[in-house]
Amino acid sequence: MKNGVGVAQNVVLFGGTSEIGQAILHKVVKPGVSRLVLVSRDIDAANRVSQDLVGSHPDLDVHHVRYDASDAASMEHVVAEVADAIGDIDIAIIAQGLLNEGQDYYNTPSHLVDVVNVNLTGAMVLLYSLSSRMRSQGYGKIVLLSSVAGERVRKGNPVYGATKAGIDGFALALDHELEGSGASILVVRPGFVTTKMTTGMKKVPFSTDPEHVAQIVEKAISSDKKIVWAPAPLHWMFLILKNLPIAIWRRLPL
Amino acid sequence: MQRLSGWGRTAWTVADVISTTDVDTIRSTVAHANNRGVIARGLGRSYGAAAQNAGGTVVELTSEHDPMGIDAVLDPTTGVLDVASSVSLDSILRLCVPRGWFVPVTPGTRFVTVGGAIASDVHGKNHHFDGSFGQHVLSMTVMLASGEIVSLSPSENPVWFWATVGGMGLTGIVLRASIQMLQIESSKVRVETERLANFDAVCDAMSGDGDDDKYRYSVCWVDLLATGSAMGRGVLTRGDHATVAESESDDPLHYDPRLRVSAPGWMPNGLLNKWSIKAFNETWYRKAPAKRHIGIESIPAFFHPLDGVNKWNRLYGSQGFIQYQFIVPLDRTDVLRKVIETFSAAGVASFLAVLKRMGPQNLAPLSFPTEGWTLTLDIAAGIKGLAELLASVDAMVLDAGGRHYLAKDSHVSPSAVRRGYPRFEEWMSTRDAMDPDGIWRSDLARRLGLVDLRRNS
Repeated sequence: MKNGVGVAQNVVLFGGTSEIGQAILHKVVKPGVSRLVLVSRDIDAANRVSQDLVGSHPDLDVHHVRYDASDAASMEHVVAEVADAIGDIDIAIIAQGLLNEGQDYYNTPSHLVDVVNVNLTGAMVLLYSLSSRMRSQGYGKIVLLSSVAGERVRKGNPVYGATKAGIDGFALALDHELEGSGASILVVRPGFVTTKMTTGMKKVPFSTDPEHVAQIVEKAISSDKKIVWAPAPLHWMFLILKNLPIAIWRRLPL
Repeated sequence: MQRLSGWGRTAWTVADVISTTDVDTIRSTVAHANNRGVIARGLGRSYGAAAQNAGGTVVELTSEHDPMGIDAVLDPTTGVLDVASSVSLDSILRLCVPRGWFVPVTPGTRFVTVGGAIASDVHGKNHHFDGSFGQHVLSMTVMLASGEIVSLSPSENPVWFWATVGGMGLTGIVLRASIQMLQIESSKVRVETERLANFDAVCDAMSGDGDDDKYRYSVCWVDLLATGSAMGRGVLTRGDHATVAESESDDPLHYDPRLRVSAPGWMPNGLLNKWSIKAFNETWYRKAPAKRHIGIESIPAFFHPLDGVNKWNRLYGSQGFIQYQFIVPLDRTDVLRKVIETFSAAGVASFLAVLKRMGPQNLAPLSFPTEGWTLTLDIAAGIKGLAELLASVDAMVLDAGGRHYLAKDSHVSPSAVRRGYPRFEEWMSTRDAMDPDGIWRSDLARRLGLVDLRRNS
């Protein structure tokens, strides 16, 4: 159950080792949160990255659920397992994602299947499973980590961009369907975030870090916002980028 | 499906709302409820999530627009009122004051139903004198989750009676009650007002060693933003119902309360902030006479000043507000002071801060009042860091042997209820006996574990 000062009792992170996901937990877990579930492929790793968080909240009841983020068909079962452990799911953060930067898909096109399964198909089944549960709960908030990469899919990593474009649009439409049910979805569109996922990549303007993304999510989570950008000015930048004629868009050094 | 919140307008959830006072409809609604259960709701004046039920059913029992009229019968000689639980104190006062009878206990608003008043075991400015609402209930009929209707009173099944008083609606739906009213000569109140320069003066004036026990009604407004030597200064108002002579009226029992204005729906967040409240407090304190002053006031002005503004809860904007009410033992005024200092240091302003000395506890395990000091504060819900701040204040209260008022609770932890209410487990086993399948559920019950959630799911 959520309380009157915007704190949810039961919080779940899908992609339990995600740096952005963990940063969000650091903001969201405060007095009033009783149960936390970390859903991850590697429980030991999830345990390691959440040590600080768990240490500073000794009363927190922490559960682990193992899953394969690319096994879309298993998601229904995973959500049921989470609910069995803690009851109502008050906040679910979906932070599972594969970037696969630099992958030569021309050589091994089949390598994109995993990316699509994790970023799109798996996340879609997860969103439906969580939505249906939260609808019958009469409340609940899903935080979906999307990306500006889906705003206008660019060359270099079109697979990643296409999955983000897909999941972003899907989540917004699903949120529309949830209107009036008490459940809702917050779509988070970060720009370039410096994490292990992006080590070695060259930084771009308006890059940000997980803490900043987490700050923005914390503020938006108890509001009625549907979309947030991190950092915020990306909203206006992409309004322009999205509408540039192809001839100009292709000349940009992006 | 309908979105619901408490009076504080926080923690909205969606439920299936059935508005009815018909016993058969209530029974079949309960019988057909889904696994998220049922809770009764009256006029929605409890501040938090006591009368909402996410994903489940809410039975709304109010008779404000009942075409059959107000279901209440007063025996004018004994002052015993037989009344449906859906009737509000407002309707009761309109019926009874002109005949010389007053409600035995009224909270700060008259827009609460009898059912809600029993379920929260509400108290008023006369707690040190008359106790809480449940102590004036002679008997009541309650529908259990099974659909069976039982009659409860302090002598007939007292365990179930006292579990229902203050039981937050989690033992059954109160259908009717018989209430002993208080005889009055006039509809006026004789009020003594005095300004007290600091917190020590406030505590001294209200302590039981002084003359406070002579007054039926006693409450003190406290300025939480005053600092230094003026910290905790206040305006103390005490009084009793005026005699015919004191009322100086040709029509001493005339009663005509009116709603003056409505707060608009577009109030911005943050309008009630540290600065605006500081300015208000200064005016309010200065407005009170420096020397003890005796005046005659009307019932609405003395008991229900906030009811003059319809929907005043909108003043806090879309983020809503919480009301923080706790009690600590009589000898722990140090904790009151520490709490006030903590809020003040964090820059948290409270538009309404009220201190009252409570009398002895009654027989209900979950009834809030117990001998001690209770402090009540309004706080805007959107303040940054509020969860952490409240957690630290909760710990001070509990460490001092105090507790929190469930009808106003917005945030305390499940363990806070168990620590604060020593008879909690006893209440829980009575509750389980009255509702073995765990049908009665509210968002408050879910958050605080007032119902075993493994039942019926």
